[in-house]
Amino acid sequence: MSDMRYEAPKTVEAAVALLAGASGVARVLAGGTDLLIQMRGGRVEPALLVDIKGITEMTSITEEKGGFRLGAAVTAMEMHEHKAFSKAWPGLTEAAMLIGSYQIKGRATVGGNLCNASPAADSVPALIAAGATVSIVGPNGRREVKAEDIATAPGKNSLAKGEIVASFLLPPRAARSGDAYLRFIPRTEMDIAVVGAGINLTLDDKGVCKQARVCVGAVAERALVVQAAADALIGTTVDDAALERMGAAVSAACRPIDDKRGTKVYRIKVSGVMAKRAAAIALNRARGTN
Amino acid sequence: MSAVITEKKLKVVGTSPDRPDGVPKLTGTAQYGADNSLPGMLWGKILRSPHAHARIRKIDASKALKLPGVKAVITGADLPDQKFEYLGAERVAVNFWHMTRNILAREKVLYEGHALAAVAATTPAIAAEALKLIEVDYEVLPHVIDVDEAMKPDAPLLFEDMITRGIEPPPAKPSNISKRLGFKLGDPNAVFATADEVVEMSFKTAAVHQGYIEPHACLARADADGQAEVWSSSQGHFVVRTFTTKLLGMKTGDLRCHASEIGGAFGGKTVVYVEPVAVMLSKKTGHPVKIMMTREDVFKATGPTSGASMTIKIGVMRDGKIVAAHGLFKYQAGAFPGSPVMNGCMCGFAPYDIANVETVGYDVVCNRPKSVAYRAPGSPISAFAVESTLDMVAKKIGMDPLQLRLKNIAKIGTPTVFGTKLAHAGFAETLQALQKHPAYNAPLGKNQGRGMALGYWFNGGGESSATVNVNEDGTVVVATGSPDIGGSRASTAQMAAETLGIPYDAVRPIIADTNSVGYTQATGGSRVTFATGMTVINACNKVIEEMCVRAAKLWKLDRADVIWEDGSARPAGKHAGAFEPMPFKAIAAKRTATGGPIVASASVNAEGQAPGFSAQFCDVEVDPETGYVKILRYVAAQDVGRAIHPKYCEGQITGGVVQGIGWALNEEYIYDKNGRLENAGFLDYRMPVASDVPMIEAMIVEVPNPNHPYGVKGVAEANIVPPMAAIANAIHAATGKRLTDLPMSPPKVLAALDA
Repeated sequence: MSDMRYEAPKTVEAAVALLAGASGVARVLAGGTDLLIQMRGGRVEPALLVDIKGITEMTSITEEKGGFRLGAAVTAMEMHEHKAFSKAWPGLTEAAMLIGSYQIKGRATVGGNLCNASPAADSVPALIAAGATVSIVGPNGRREVKAEDIATAPGKNSLAKGEIVASFLLPPRAARSGDAYLRFIPRTEMDIAVVGAGINLTLDDKGVCKQARVCVGAVAERALVVQAAADALIGTTVDDAALERMGAAVSAACRPIDDKRGTKVYRIKVSGVMAKRAAAIALNRARGTN
Repeated sequence: MSAVITEKKLKVVGTSPDRPDGVPKLTGTAQYGADNSLPGMLWGKILRSPHAHARIRKIDASKALKLPGVKAVITGADLPDQKFEYLGAERVAVNFWHMTRNILAREKVLYEGHALAAVAATTPAIAAEALKLIEVDYEVLPHVIDVDEAMKPDAPLLFEDMITRGIEPPPAKPSNISKRLGFKLGDPNAVFATADEVVEMSFKTAAVHQGYIEPHACLARADADGQAEVWSSSQGHFVVRTFTTKLLGMKTGDLRCHASEIGGAFGGKTVVYVEPVAVMLSKKTGHPVKIMMTREDVFKATGPTSGASMTIKIGVMRDGKIVAAHGLFKYQAGAFPGSPVMNGCMCGFAPYDIANVETVGYDVVCNRPKSVAYRAPGSPISAFAVESTLDMVAKKIGMDPLQLRLKNIAKIGTPTVFGTKLAHAGFAETLQALQKHPAYNAPLGKNQGRGMALGYWFNGGGESSATVNVNEDGTVVVATGSPDIGGSRASTAQMAAETLGIPYDAVRPIIADTNSVGYTQATGGSRVTFATGMTVINACNKVIEEMCVRAAKLWKLDRADVIWEDGSARPAGKHAGAFEPMPFKAIAAKRTATGGPIVASASVNAEGQAPGFSAQFCDVEVDPETGYVKILRYVAAQDVGRAIHPKYCEGQITGGVVQGIGWALNEEYIYDKNGRLENAGFLDYRMPVASDVPMIEAMIVEVPNPNHPYGVKGVAEANIVPPMAAIANAIHAATGKRLTDLPMSPPKVLAALDA
């Protein structure tokens, strides 16, 4: 029955100062869709909650360097409703829109999804496949890392004390690019990914894949970037044979566990299936035929 | 069927008016179990075992009692112990020695989540903190979760002295098998040898929870004179009274119980968990006490229905005649005896006319929460095994599965394995209605398949009471003792309006507390529209009699010269036409001048219920790469006797099918190696969401029950019996793979496809 302090700073720097100066357990409160459940379940009893929803950089989507800067506390619904962003990154937007019910989507954020470090987080494989750069602010200033370098293990991330993920930079979108994310759940919604696969690819003017990123979730301690799977697509027209090779590379890279949401064997097979199906969607988007 | 009122005369029965309890539910003012509060109220919380099986060496609450704001701590020792005896009819027997130990554990905790102490404190936070301060010294014991494992001779014993009942001579050694029971008709073992084909298959089902939205909650208030009052979310507030007074050693008349609005129950709220604890805490503290379960508590410590292990053997002739059948049913009871295995043994083959059939059941304890009734308790489990086996029988002899069932369908006079003869029609009619559905022969696409199954349920009668109060403006209040979980306020109001000849909205149905209406059994067994409906009709007929007496008085005629027709008293016989008919409303307005309040009560112990019967088919598509099963179409026909409120009948059919789809595809209790439940929440206990199911096509079949004035049979349960087998049969049709282990979740389906 300890007291809990709640703060809602207006700048990233003020948030960092609060977190860096905290003596007890401190938590960042974005949408709260994971944190509140953890608090209610008694898994965490924070002495300090720093609500970041009042910080402009963290709650807005802006165009920058030909790409987009996505605030870490932008909600899934806000991404979905931002026409230019969701047109450029339909896969990432759809991934975020798979999180929970409409009520949850109105609260849940990509920054929270990433920092919560669940290996099954839906938006994370799509964010990593998109090649997003993460802008971290801490007591020693700002640093930039790749999205795949944040989560390290279930519930653990690479942020130091006082550090906070402020925003993401999505790179400029080349012509003939497409992204997609698919997950497998035993139901149709309101569930956690048994496996998830994010694909981002770019075709040249002859329809040959010149760039690809493949990232799968819920098959290891964190989302996995599968370079061999990307290599299976690059230099091909993403025909069925290339898709098969890509799926096989994904399955080969998985190192899942048996748990209440799926078996090891099942995850290994179905991650390849989801990756193939996601790649087919990404391909259609790149071709402009979706 | 002459006793049944013919359809032509009916004005209100058979329509689907708005529910009288709808507006408060829509606007949020309806009072559910957790919504009741009183001044000076304390918050009760319950300490639960973290272990699946452990001996309780010591409970030390001294630190908790010292925490400011804590007013009382109780344990099992605060409740009087009970005699070890099984009471009541065998099918629903209770043993209070077990029940008191489930409310608050004594010698041992028998499952994770087993309650063993309770606290009352001034705030929920203080109560939660106090639970952490209660020190329990456990001797952790080996545990057993699976029914087949629990039956092994070397299994850990939940009760060291449990000798299996139903075996002569009794076994010398104790086991986890509480009871063996069986039924036999003819001599199946001799006849199997003469059958053209014999199919034998084994099955397993998972324990599944009723999954009601509203967790258990109650408010209790005890006075210094020993009187107490309880408001709770329950299917039977008279049951709450009986169980709570027995468990606390109180006089029945000293406890007044109120039924709150109820957010779902499906059988799971026919017992008590928190009510006796709240009353005892209130007695100890002198304050009202409220207890609310969390969702996690609900999953770990209430419900579910049994998981089971079963073997079915069916012998058939090449022309499709089933000549012999045998069923072995082993049901998990959970931590205390009392699975619905007897129902499973009785219902499994009940749809069929089989001359030689034997069923054997085992009631087996294991380290899970005690099983509780769930919609047609026991029948869906045995039906999954029987109806799946029948599908393979049909394949083996090359017969359409519907034709096979129709050929063997039970009719009036067919003997059942449990000794009685089927007394009602409706089975064949329902199956024929399903057969006529245009989609039954519709073409299917790639990876798609169609499966069908049947379901039987007894339906119920029993004790119900009602009081009808006529108001001066011609409206009436109909008070019954039946908590409304399925629209019974609407259906009883319709039957009252129909009987009295007044409009539906002139009837206000209420659920009266245990001190304000006669004894009424719990809402369950699809009994309320039948039995409570019957007593409401009887009370209304008494009101009509009184109305005729009052009219005779006003007209200065003999009672015998007045008849009741179309909602009015009319002079009859030689006085016919002497006066204008006097409507209900006009007589009600003159009550003071004619003899005072017009009130009638009636009570029944209703007999003559007719069984529920459902025939269903579904189309599925199986994703060959993921094992995901999509339900494309679902058609469910059910004989309801007479649909009092057709929309609610459709709702019942739809609801039962949706729960069956969840049972078939994804619902299960997942335990870790320590016997702890890993999915105690709706995220990982995967009930279907709306987008998982197609629009269920409900077909109402009406073969009236001659033993009810409006032909009611009961509609709430038979619909959940067929889905598991119907879906398994459809998956087999789509893939050629026979799934025998529920749930048929994607990993299991994919493993079968890849095998």
